[in-house]
Amino acid sequence: MIRIDCPVCGIRDESEFTYGGDATVVRPAMGEAALKPWIDYVFMRDNPRGAHREYWHHVVGCRQWLVLERDTLSHMVGTCSLARDAA
Amino acid sequence: MSHYSAFSVFRNALTGNRQWPRAWRDPHPKPEYDVVIVGAGGHGLATAYYLAREHGIHNVAVIEKGWLGGGNTGRNTTIVRSNYMMPGNTMFYERSMKLWEDLSQDLNYNVMISQRGQYNLCHSPAQMDAARRRGNVMRANGIDADLFGRAEVKRRLPYLDYSASARFPIHGAIFQSRAGTARHDAVAWGYARAADRQGVDIIQQCEVTGYIWDDGKITGVETTRGPIRAGKVGLAVAGHTGHLADMAGLRLPIETHVLQAYVTEPLKPLVDTVISFGAAHFYVSQSDKGGLVLGGDLDGYNSYAQKGGLPMVEHTLASAKALMPSVSRLKLLRHWAGVMDMSMDGSPFIAKTSIDGLYLNGGWCYGGFKATPASGWCFAHTIARDEPHKDNAEFTLNRFERGYQIDEKGVGPQPNAH
Repeated sequence: MIRIDCPVCGIRDESEFTYGGDATVVRPAMGEAALKPWIDYVFMRDNPRGAHREYWHHVVGCRQWLVLERDTLSHMVGTCSLARDAA
Repeated sequence: MSHYSAFSVFRNALTGNRQWPRAWRDPHPKPEYDVVIVGAGGHGLATAYYLAREHGIHNVAVIEKGWLGGGNTGRNTTIVRSNYMMPGNTMFYERSMKLWEDLSQDLNYNVMISQRGQYNLCHSPAQMDAARRRGNVMRANGIDADLFGRAEVKRRLPYLDYSASARFPIHGAIFQSRAGTARHDAVAWGYARAADRQGVDIIQQCEVTGYIWDDGKITGVETTRGPIRAGKVGLAVAGHTGHLADMAGLRLPIETHVLQAYVTEPLKPLVDTVISFGAAHFYVSQSDKGGLVLGGDLDGYNSYAQKGGLPMVEHTLASAKALMPSVSRLKLLRHWAGVMDMSMDGSPFIAKTSIDGLYLNGGWCYGGFKATPASGWCFAHTIARDEPHKDNAEFTLNRFERGYQIDEKGVGPQPNAH
């Protein structure tokens, strides 16, 4: 069980959250006309083996989107912050 | 290397079974090979075997950081089937099914293929319509498929929940009679022995630490047992594709996720087929030792750890209980986890990469075990001839930028949803 320290609700079980994927992926500017930045944004991932910054949605808690630092090799969690602050 | 036969069993019985030769050699790596395959799981070993047998390329090494068959080949639920609907998938998996049917004879090794059939249950009229469409696509391609209504499913699988209080009532099922299970370890051992007999070197405990580059082209691998030069390098390391591709500077449409499976304590024969629940991601079969083999959903987050969490254990067992109330007091004997290359459309890659000399086989999501023979067959063809076989022509890396995703479930570019 991964336990996430939600900045609003405190430490809660992973089953209260929904995973939202890699938080380092940045959407291109809406005026971006080239195809490659959009293909990279939608499909390509670094997929690191180790430290990972990722989105979690506290869907049955405060409903805030969070950014969590977690190790993909050990599942150890690090700091967790509100996504709007982390951006 | 002796040929296995009734006679060899008899002869070795007379000598107390002390004279069996080892099934494959344990060679030291040579400085150079025509082809080096990274990853001695089912896919890598099958690739080496078909490179030698179908394409006459015998100077091949398969290198493995651990022991052969120690990754996902030994961590799956052993189901084989070919009930895929999307162009690009359908005939690939049917090639695999056909290779499975003759595999024990072909390899001179009993892979214990058991064509006990597989049911995909439907729990709504809409699911029945979707199953009918899938079945029609399969039959139009010469693949066996049957659609059964509720009464026929109840007659065949009487131990499922047909009560008025069933959370997801069973409307019917689509059935493939040629589907079934195979002994997963025997597949790795059978391919290893057959490849070894063709002259392939299988080198275990040899981890790739980097690539040998020559003018922008990959011409070998650096390993913990020294450099090995190769005309061509093929990756067959699904689960760790991201890591090995990263060393080559490739960024891929893959996320790595963890998937768990479970075995219960042994029972007398109960489930004589393979059953997939249609209301949640859950499937069950019974092993020859009597344990029910249960599989479920991904844990849902990126992970390279070969361990999962308890929330998914609970979810999977709740599905089991909803489908088969009689299992409620069974104990789990063991469970395990494997790491999956989850691709952005749920379908695999067997292709040349953008780097000369590097070939990729990966992105298998849940579907790797059943694909083993065709994956090796098609990857060997792609490496030997520098062009895809017709059955893996769609499994390219550039299908996303071209807009030709093979999204069997239609859920979009979200790896943990496939």
